[in-house]
Amino acid sequence: MASHHESILREPLITGKNITYSRITEEVLMPVENKPNRAWWIGFIVAAAGAGLWLFAVSYTFWYGIGSWGLNKTVGWAWDITGFVWWVGIGHAGTLISAVLLLFRQNWRNSINRSAEAMTIFAVICAATYVVSHMGRPWLAYWPLPLPNQFGSLWVNFNSPLVWDVFAISTYFSVSLVFWYVGLLPDIATIRDRATGLRRKIYSIMSFGWNGSVKTWQRFEIVSLVLAGVSTPLVLSVHTIVSMDFATSVIPGWHTTIFPPYFVAGAIFSGFAMVQTLLLVTRKVLGLENYITMFHIESMNKIIVLTGSIVGVAYLTELFIAWYSGAEYEQYAFLNRVSGPYAWAYWIMMTCNVITPQLFWFKKVRTNIPLSWILSIVVNIGMWFERFVIIVTSLHRDYLPSSWAMFYPTWVDISIFIGSIGVFFTLFLLFIRVLPSVAMAEVRLLVKSSSEQAKKKLMAEGKVKAHEAEYYVESLEKYDSVEQAEYEKI
Amino acid sequence: MSNIKYILGLFEDPDDMMHGIDQLQKNNISIYDVFTPMPIHGIEDKLGVKRSRLPIVAFCCGITGTITALSLMYFTMAVDWPMNIGGKPNFALPDFIPITFELTVLFCAFGMVGAFFFKNHFFPGRAPRVMELRASADRFVIAIEANKGFDADKIDSLLKEAGAIEIKHNDRKYVSYE
Repeated sequence: MASHHESILREPLITGKNITYSRITEEVLMPVENKPNRAWWIGFIVAAAGAGLWLFAVSYTFWYGIGSWGLNKTVGWAWDITGFVWWVGIGHAGTLISAVLLLFRQNWRNSINRSAEAMTIFAVICAATYVVSHMGRPWLAYWPLPLPNQFGSLWVNFNSPLVWDVFAISTYFSVSLVFWYVGLLPDIATIRDRATGLRRKIYSIMSFGWNGSVKTWQRFEIVSLVLAGVSTPLVLSVHTIVSMDFATSVIPGWHTTIFPPYFVAGAIFSGFAMVQTLLLVTRKVLGLENYITMFHIESMNKIIVLTGSIVGVAYLTELFIAWYSGAEYEQYAFLNRVSGPYAWAYWIMMTCNVITPQLFWFKKVRTNIPLSWILSIVVNIGMWFERFVIIVTSLHRDYLPSSWAMFYPTWVDISIFIGSIGVFFTLFLLFIRVLPSVAMAEVRLLVKSSSEQAKKKLMAEGKVKAHEAEYYVESLEKYDSVEQAEYEKI
Repeated sequence: MSNIKYILGLFEDPDDMMHGIDQLQKNNISIYDVFTPMPIHGIEDKLGVKRSRLPIVAFCCGITGTITALSLMYFTMAVDWPMNIGGKPNFALPDFIPITFELTVLFCAFGMVGAFFFKNHFFPGRAPRVMELRASADRFVIAIEANKGFDADKIDSLLKEAGAIEIKHNDRKYVSYE
């Protein structure tokens, strides 16, 4: 039932007075139905300039070949794979929010899942561009597919983790896209039914003829649930397989069984940080403070401190196992990471991923918006360095000291990386202009049970025990969108 | 009054709408359909809508994916072009688990969503068959078909009593075909 009562002790997921179904529609569709403001244009121009840089640098790579990057015969993998793993990892939070939190019935996902899933899709697009550009000859991109070819009936090697990765990433991208789009249908129908003229025609095509009948909703709900069920193991498998690209090799520092869980935790860690980076700005610029509340921000910060600590334990375990294994090469690989020529990168990684996120143990920090935003960026920097450290420090000093080398990025490497961030933000900014950035249908479900006004009404009617009400009012203190003064009257 | 085809009761509150359904059913008035801007839990039981069989479709498609992946890899690696890779078995099952899993998920997701679109007649560009435009934003709508010998006044008063804020008598089924 829409109006089932929720314990007063639970913090509200929607704040504000007079939240009605029509007000949710109005507020969420405000950026879609109106002309963009100046903040959007500034952001878009900067992002589009980045995307232009990306286009130029990638074209340059295709024209002159991979030689335009800073790779050498010792370090044959560097910023490209770093960027690829970084972006795929960032994508993981969206699926985690939309699938895992759905299975656990965490209703706070309802207001952030849409933008987080969009972020997933754009991040995986950025990752895929790295795969294509580092092929060198992108017109042969079909080679890892199991097609019978003109060279005889030789097939791809299904024992290779790189082939697994092709299947994992393409499945992940397409299933995420489908999950996201199915969830969008009812909201696109809302825009369609409010629009006129050409806009109505366009959204009508995109809405697939959604009409919101009983049977449609019933099927919609079961489809969402099953998709969440299959996406949950899928998201865990994707980064597991990405980690196997490294773990199945015999390079010291890569050949470890801890990689799959360690990579998955790191992926969730960096993904939530990116969601935080995006949403803290989005909620302010689009005025969504009542839907993306302090509770959401704090919950995400809790996940960041948890996964950051898991990552920290993994780093320490790696060091311990390297020492404990007694394997000379393994020991040297880690000694070199900690104190070699790339020690600065290692310690940036350690600081950004393990030490600073521990600040989130303090409630004051967790509920401080500017600080959360800065720390989320710090986490993303740290996670980029994590991948760089794993990849480059293991490669640059191989078994043969005469071939030891350093990696120096060229302007092309740097431009592709900065450009991919531009591509990501361009896509995200376009998304918030043309599609609802909050899943309206799902937020409507919360109005009668989990909203501040519903709880306030219960308190005013005296249906709540006094000490529970007191606890609840105390928990509201952290919200920036709640007026405390109003509770003194009750 | 004879040209009325459908009576629509527009509610602002989902609970009032559920109450309206109860009232209509008590008076043996059959409901054509209900259109809401969000899923209403428990409405299927009330209206006697059967459980969806889409999960069965999902399972069958998933199994198809599993079998496809395993047979593809068996055929390519062990039958069509067996290669000696370090003397290891040609059909190296543990190595094939990741792709088998991925294809299971892929087939399951696409098969189920395909079936969902097929059963609902969803496709890009389909003309939306909408009886009330606000049903996708902020109105919970009960639609009653005007059969022979129906009593419009009685339906109106039942809906009003249940808390409908607006009642529409439509002389055409869909309003979205302009």
